[in-house]
Order: sequence, then C-alpha cells, then structure tokens
Amino acid sequence: MLKDITLGQYFPGSTLIHRLDPRTKLVGLVCYIVALFLAKSYYSYAFMVLVLACLSALARIRPKTLFSGLKPLLFILLFTGVINLFYGSGEPLVQFWFFKITANGIRTAVFMVLRIMLLVCGTFLLTYTTSPLQLTDGLEKLFAPLKVIRFPVHELAMMMSIALRFIPTLIEETDKIMSAQKARGASFDTGKLTQRAKALIPLLVPLFVSAFRRADELATAMECRCYHAGEGRTRMKELHFSGRDAAALALCALMIAAVCALRHYGL
Amino acid sequence: MPILKVEDLTHVYSQGTPFEKVAIDHISTEIHAGEVLGIIGHTGSGKSTFIQHLNGLLKPTSGKVLFDGADIHATREATRDVRFQVGLVFQYPEYQLFEETVFKDIAFGPRNMGLSESEIGERVREAAYFADVPEALLESSPLELSGGQKRRVAIAGVIAMLPKVLILDEPTAGLDPAGRESILQRILDYRRETEGTVLLISHSMDDIARVATRLLVFDRGRIAMDGTPAQVFERAEQLKDMGLTVPAATEIALALRRRGIDIPESIYTINYLRKLLVSLGEGDAPC
Amino acid sequence: MSEPIIKIEQVSYTYREAKRPALQDVSLDIARGSFTALLGHNGSGKSTLAKCLNAILLPSSGRVLVEGMDTADERALLDIRRTVGMVFQNPDNQIVASVVEDDVAFAPENLGVPPAEIRRRVDEALRSVGMYDFRLHAPHLLSGGQKQRIAIAGVLAMQPQCIVLDEPTAMLDPIGRREVLATIETLRREKGITVVLITHHMEECIDADRLIVMSGGRVAMDGTPREVFSRVEELRAEGLTVPETTELLYGLRQSGFPLPLDALHVDECADAIAAILKKDR
Repeated sequence: MLKDITLGQYFPGSTLIHRLDPRTKLVGLVCYIVALFLAKSYYSYAFMVLVLACLSALARIRPKTLFSGLKPLLFILLFTGVINLFYGSGEPLVQFWFFKITANGIRTAVFMVLRIMLLVCGTFLLTYTTSPLQLTDGLEKLFAPLKVIRFPVHELAMMMSIALRFIPTLIEETDKIMSAQKARGASFDTGKLTQRAKALIPLLVPLFVSAFRRADELATAMECRCYHAGEGRTRMKELHFSGRDAAALALCALMIAAVCALRHYGL
Repeated sequence: MPILKVEDLTHVYSQGTPFEKVAIDHISTEIHAGEVLGIIGHTGSGKSTFIQHLNGLLKPTSGKVLFDGADIHATREATRDVRFQVGLVFQYPEYQLFEETVFKDIAFGPRNMGLSESEIGERVREAAYFADVPEALLESSPLELSGGQKRRVAIAGVIAMLPKVLILDEPTAGLDPAGRESILQRILDYRRETEGTVLLISHSMDDIARVATRLLVFDRGRIAMDGTPAQVFERAEQLKDMGLTVPAATEIALALRRRGIDIPESIYTINYLRKLLVSLGEGDAPC
Repeated sequence: MSEPIIKIEQVSYTYREAKRPALQDVSLDIARGSFTALLGHNGSGKSTLAKCLNAILLPSSGRVLVEGMDTADERALLDIRRTVGMVFQNPDNQIVASVVEDDVAFAPENLGVPPAEIRRRVDEALRSVGMYDFRLHAPHLLSGGQKQRIAIAGVLAMQPQCIVLDEPTAMLDPIGRREVLATIETLRREKGITVVLITHHMEECIDADRLIVMSGGRVAMDGTPREVFSRVEELRAEGLTVPETTELLYGLRQSGFPLPLDALHVDECADAIAAILKKDR
C-alpha cells in the first residue's frame, strides 16, 4: 500500500543529535558530503563509515532503520556497481567473452556503491533526527542573506513545509480515489505501457482537482489566521546556536581535515 | 441461497509491522437478495473495511466471501466480475469524477465492462433516471455542478453497472436537509423498482431507521448486533455504550416510558410514534 | 446592553461571473457574547455572509463593522481577523504544520507575538479544547473531531472575541460532532466568546440564543430557536427540516392534540406529551 512509504520520516527524540541546531546539522551534512567526495582510499572510506556509525549511535537510530531507506535504491546501487566493475583499466583478473574485471574496476565499484550508500544514509540521518519544520526553519535562516537579492526565501520555506504536511494527506487521497475507480472496473496494473498511462487519467484528474480545492481552502484558512508573508513574523521555537553546535562544527572541520590528511599521505 | 455470504472473515492491516491492526475479526454473516441492510458502528469499528471485501477490493487475511455461492477470489476473472455485480459507492464519491462530461463519467463503469455503445447509452440514461440526474445535465462538465448534483452523478456512475448489490458508504454525509432527503428517496425508489439488494452505511440513525429492513452493528471489528431495526434500537443503552446514538423517535419514546406512558421499546420512526400516541390519546379519551 | 460586536449594514455581495447576488441587502447585529446559529440550504448565502465577517470577502455594497472597524479598511485588516476567528468544514485543509503545537502557533507567529507569549497561548488554547496531551502528535493521524479541535485551538491562539464556524461538524462522525459541540459550548461559557455557528443540523441550533434562517441571499427568519422552529410550514418551504421533537409535536397537533411546538429538548417534549395523555385519563 502507498501508505507504507516513508518519505523523509522523522523519529522524535532528545539525543544530542536531535538537539543540535538544524543549521548546524545542515552545514554538517554539507561537510560530510564534501568529505565523502574527497575520500579516495580504503582507509578514508573506512573512516567515513566510522563517522556515520558514530553519528547514528549518538542519534540512537538503529542500523536496520538507516538501511531500510536504501531499499528503493537497490536497483541503482546494483547498476552502478556492475557498470563500474567492468569499466576498470589495467591487467584483467577475470576475463570472459568481451567482459573483463580488473583490480581497479573492483576498487571503483566498491567505492561508488559505498559513496552512494553513505550519502543516502547521511541524508536520512538528518531527516530522521530533524522535524520538517526545524528543517525548513534552518534552511530559511541559512539562506536569509539571499533576501537581499529579493530571493523569496521565506515563501519557499513555507511552501516546503506545507508540501511536507500534505504528503500523507495526498497519499491517503490517492489510495481512496484508486479504490473508488477500481470499484468501477478500472485497473491500474494490467495492460501495455500506453494503456497503463491512459488508465492513470481517472486517478490524476480527481487528484489534481482535489489538490487545487485543498490549496484554495488552505489559503483562505491561512488568511483567516492573519498570514501575510514573512514580514514581522516571530517563531514560537527560536533557533539557538549553542556551545554544542560550535563543537559539532569544529568536529566537522576536523573530519574534512582528517580525510585531506589521509589523501595527502596517500593512505 | 444468500446473494453474499461472508465466512469467518478477518482482515489485518500492515501485518508483520509495528503498525499491525486487526480491522475485522472473524466475521460471518449472510446477505439475502432484496434486503436493505443498514450498517452502523463508529469510525474504526471495521465497517468500511468490511464493505471493501464484498466487492473484492480488499483481500481477506483469512476467511472467504462468496457471491452467489462462488468464492470471489477464486480466479482473477471472478474478482474483476464481482466489482460489477457488487457496486460500491464510496464516501464523498463526487471527488472521483474525472471525465469531460457527465455522460462520459457515468459511462466509465459500463465501458470497463466492455459493453457496446448503444448498451452504454441505455445504461447511462437509466442510471441518470434512478439517481435523479436531469437529461439536460448529461453533456455538461461535472465540475460545473452543485455539490448535491455531483454526488448524484457519482452514484449514477455505480448504478450504471446494474449491480445486483448496491453498497453506499455515507451517501448523505455533508449534504443539506433537502439534498439528504432527495438521495434517501432515490435509494428507496431504486430498491422498489429494481428489487435489488442495498447496503447502507450511515452515522445518521434517523436515515437508517427510515430505510433499513435489517441492521448490522459493528463494534471493534466484530458484529455486535444483527436484527431488525426494532430489535436493534430496543437495545438503546447498549448502543450508547458503543458510542452510537439512537433515532430521535427512540429517544422520545424512552423519555415517555420513563414518565409512565405505556409504549413499546421498539419505536424508531417519528411517524410510527405519532400514530401510536394518537391512538393512545383517542383510546383513552372520555367519550 | 453594550455595543454589538459585529454590525452588518445593508450588505450585498455578488460573485464574479454570477448572475444573481449571493447576498442581498442583509442587515444584522451580532450581540457580544451571544450564540447565533445560521441555517439555510446550500446556496442560501450563509457561507458568503460568514466570509464577509472577517474581510475574506468585502461587500459589493453596504458595510460590515467589527468592533467599529470597517472591514473595507485595509489598515485594520489584521485587527479584524484576530477579533473574528474562523473555522471551516474540512479540518484537513486548515492545518498548516506537521506537528499539532506548531500548527496552533501559526496565527500568533503571524501576528509577531513574542516567543514566550506564543508558548503560553498555545498551551492555553490546547488545554481549552482538551488536546494538550496531543501537542506533539502529527495531525494527519488524529480523528476528524480531534483535528477540528486543533483547528479551533489554532483560532483561539489569536485570542479572538468572536468565532465563526462554517459547518464545523459536517464531515464528522457522531463522536467527533459531540466533541466539537462540547468544545464550542465551553468557549462560550468559560471565555465568553461570541459564537456564530453555521450548520445543517437542526439539533445543533436548539441551544442557540438566536436562530437566523437565510434564503436566496436574504434573512428569511430571525428569532429564538423556539420561535423559528414553531414556523414549521415556512421552514419546510425553505427546504429545511425541523428537529424531530418539533416534527412529532407538529404531527400530534395536526391530529388535534393541544400541544406547544416549542418543546425542543427531548425531555421537554416528553413532558408536554405525558401531561396531555395523563390529563385525558
């Protein structure tokens, strides 16, 4: 069922990671990604795996939960692995027909797959430990300087948080409309590709009509609650940049430095 | 032979996950041709899950549903066929309209059945008549209609499949009194003219009391009561314990009994109560 | 008596591209602290009237005064909207945030209230609708009645003088309906908030101070529920029904019983009938 999809799910908690300022976590994620792309050796990848393991242990997120997010990516992971496996240069280790596998190929395949896995898991760690509202707040604050060039930072953040709020509602609605059309003999899972695409019309048209109606009603409700864009708004939960955030950022810098050092010494 | 037979039906949502929930729990019942079966129970009592099994939209976790004596999940074809035999109108069905014209929307079901154009046209007109959709509206866009009209078009879309059993989930929810009345009246007319079987879910006890010949009361995934409206509404206290209400007529009758007026407990329509009180008043009046 | 909280003066409203006006020359005063119920079939203009009360719609002619502020005055807009809060039919389409307390905080945040004061208002609002224990829940997992109470709390956090509810129970089951009606009753009694309730359910109007029936964009009837519901034929002509109690009393009167029509509560109705039957004996 569609309802079982977990998209950017948040697990409430009060661990050190949960309590960090969302801005710190966002910057931290960027640092983590930079470090990942700087990593070029088994040692540096091992180091990054260790970093992720420590972080998830601190956030009390079980590895199983973290990996469950990788399921939809299984195909991409396999595909990337296999392609890279056959594209290595140098002395072939195994050769059949016109395929050859080299030591170099294995290396890149392992690195590529690891990199994607670490990237995705790191991002999930952020969404698992940060509520959507905190996340959009963090983004809004981080990109606030862009307001100078009239970039609609607040509006975009508001749109994002409303979109997140309505995902479960629209998924439920999709389920309902699908059942209703099936009750009139529609089928969504048989026939050729073109037929299947056509079969989506009875689902998509009502879904759009309803999304527009919802948007319209929501806009009125927001107006009734005195919404008038970002001017003069306050927040109930203000973001606080504390000592632990400074420490976390220092550790992030240290992480990048460590990967650079490993690279420099060719390890 | 009952038209629908439910044997030891159980449905568990998200089985094997932390969100596991038993929605219906070992239910058995029989539905006979020509019945108007009212289904009541508060939200989450399992009634919506139950009706979605009757046309094969949901597959039982265990147990069976038999239509005309045959298991509806026996073959893929049987499952598809039962969708047309057991028509299901969902709650707020107006949100499923999608075609450019009312005609095409009502024709969606018959077209999926693979009928000829002339047959489709005939069925659309027949269904429009039963659901009180004026001919003049057939070529307009469903989006231009009023709320009550949209609802009737959606109901016509299911009736057009000429199902042997018609199931309606809260057909009057959110409508004004006139809209409610017109839909209830159409359901009664449809029943009378086609002698079809009708299942009606409603939170409005007054609506149910007016149309049902038999009631099923759902509570926590089980059938808690099964009987005629008189038998069920007689157990007013038990219904209230389940978080349900009783028809206003039953409430008034109960209040009168408390005041020492001798009337039966099984009263559920205002009309009947009025007649009873009139005869009581006249009978006792001094000549 | 003090000045009415809302004054509606000869208001007409026509939607764009509509042939007929939705409101025609409506004049009403809403008394401070009162409970007004608004009845009428679909298209009678009651929702349009509601939207004129907090400047979501501006009258095509005539004016609406909220605490003396003209709704057409743009400088007073926020003051008007925080004085008259509004709750709509579909609770799903009024909730903006993914966490209950964040949603309730939305209005005071828009008004620029200081954070500590927002926190206090949010907690108070959630307590008055009985949803404080659910403050960290995700709204989409709550029942309809609970969601609608969250929507009411979201309005309460503005500390309004008046709340207008546009068919708040239409999409709810009987339990949800009871929850919402009980909440409205509490607000009225404990906080003295003026309530305007639009509904299709006659039973919800019985305890109102005043019942207004709209028809074709005009006020068709205006009086206490007892007065209005006694006009059975007129209501039926409007495509409306009467409470089942009145229905029964009316029927018995037709059969010659000298019964009053204004015994709206079940117990009152039973008392009246019992008295007559016993007297006959």
